Amino acid sequence: MPSPVFHAPQTVDQAVALLGADPSARVLSGGTDLIVQMRSQRISPSAIVDVKRIAGMSGIREQGGSFIIGAATPCTALKENKALVTAWPGVVEAANLIGSVQVRNRATMAGNLCNASPAADSVPALVAAGATCLIAGPGGTREVAAEKVTTGPGRTTLAPGEFVVEIRLPARPAGGGDAYLRSIPRTEMDIAVVGAAAALVIDASGTCTAARISLGAVAPTVLLVEAAGAALIGSTFDEAAMERMADAVRVACSPIDDKRGTAVYRIAMAGILARRVVEIARSRAGEFK
Amino acid sequence: MSKMFVTATVNGDSAEFLCDPGATLLDVLRDTMGLTGTKEGCGSGDCGACTVMLDGEMVCSCLVLAAETEGRQVSTIEAVAEGSDLHPVQRQFLEHGALQCGFCTPGFIVASKALLDHNPNPSESEVRYWLAGNLCRCTGYDKIVRAVLDAAAEMRQERIPA
Repeated sequence: MPSPVFHAPQTVDQAVALLGADPSARVLSGGTDLIVQMRSQRISPSAIVDVKRIAGMSGIREQGGSFIIGAATPCTALKENKALVTAWPGVVEAANLIGSVQVRNRATMAGNLCNASPAADSVPALVAAGATCLIAGPGGTREVAAEKVTTGPGRTTLAPGEFVVEIRLPARPAGGGDAYLRSIPRTEMDIAVVGAAAALVIDASGTCTAARISLGAVAPTVLLVEAAGAALIGSTFDEAAMERMADAVRVACSPIDDKRGTAVYRIAMAGILARRVVEIARSRAGEFK
Repeated sequence: MSKMFVTATVNGDSAEFLCDPGATLLDVLRDTMGLTGTKEGCGSGDCGACTVMLDGEMVCSCLVLAAETEGRQVSTIEAVAEGSDLHPVQRQFLEHGALQCGFCTPGFIVASKALLDHNPNPSESEVRYWLAGNLCRCTGYDKIVRAVLDAAAEMRQERIPA
């Protein structure tokens, strides 16, 4: 492959300057998408900006129950943070469904998000959890909801010179729980045919007081299906509420037919997976007072 | 395109090399350093034949740029045996005939050793999940999994069932 220039800036400002100066420069953190795309000549960036030498880009900080995850933190490192595993098991599990151990030792959730695949496993879990991204750029920093970062396959709302510095997860609310599942024809090393995530809050009586349902691989971007969450709020997850939730999920889907699955199959599976993740999230919520 | 000068630690020794900025760690290990035990299978992170340790974690060296390794520790299949003393994983691969063509074997051995360094007593399903990123088109995996389980037992100094 043609060789780009390689930069390893030490500060966010240096990285912003390098990225802003060269519209074809690309951010490197885990490289598990970027280097594959370079080798297949899908992209030929003129410069690579390795952000891993910037202080704070790797590692997880807990702040009053919320979590600040450096954008270059690899997926396997999430599993080693017990507080994060306890607070957001669905997010940690989703990130650790990506690729193999070799891949997860490098791959990051920020990269999974910015690669903007509709089938990205960690993204529905982040969206359901209400994660935000801190984005640095020439105009300073801005915080954006995870569901507002991508606009289509391979496309994001990041402007030239901008890159994701942190992923922020809120504190897990009392009575909160989350979950992510994907459907694939094998058990490992595959791309989601459908992915579904749920994050719920239930009160002491078992009534749902908040719910966010997110879907992967059924539309050009990961979806936040607000109507599906709304269908559960105020219910005790009775069959009628669950079916209204699943209906809202199916209505939101606009998938393609491809070698992984037909549109009809994806829509049907989205409803089923959404029901399953709601059940898992609900049982986790019940354990977290 | 000007070359980059990189200093890393490779198999315990300080290594200095020149590389193209877009060269992968795999390219440099094989073509510059002559460490040809690490194999290139797919070149896209799917097969695990190029598995090496980077700062103590296993990675696909085809998905690491050589320039990224400045100041970091790389360990390859060449460092698994101590001189002529094979690592238990290597010995058990021989014992079980856990290879045919052998192309995937260096990656499997590096990955298996990494597993046993993390988890000295893995279950069969833990072995299979851990090795999901290493593809073998010859063996059907069963002999590999048994070799790893027996290597684990040997390293725990348990008797290996006959």
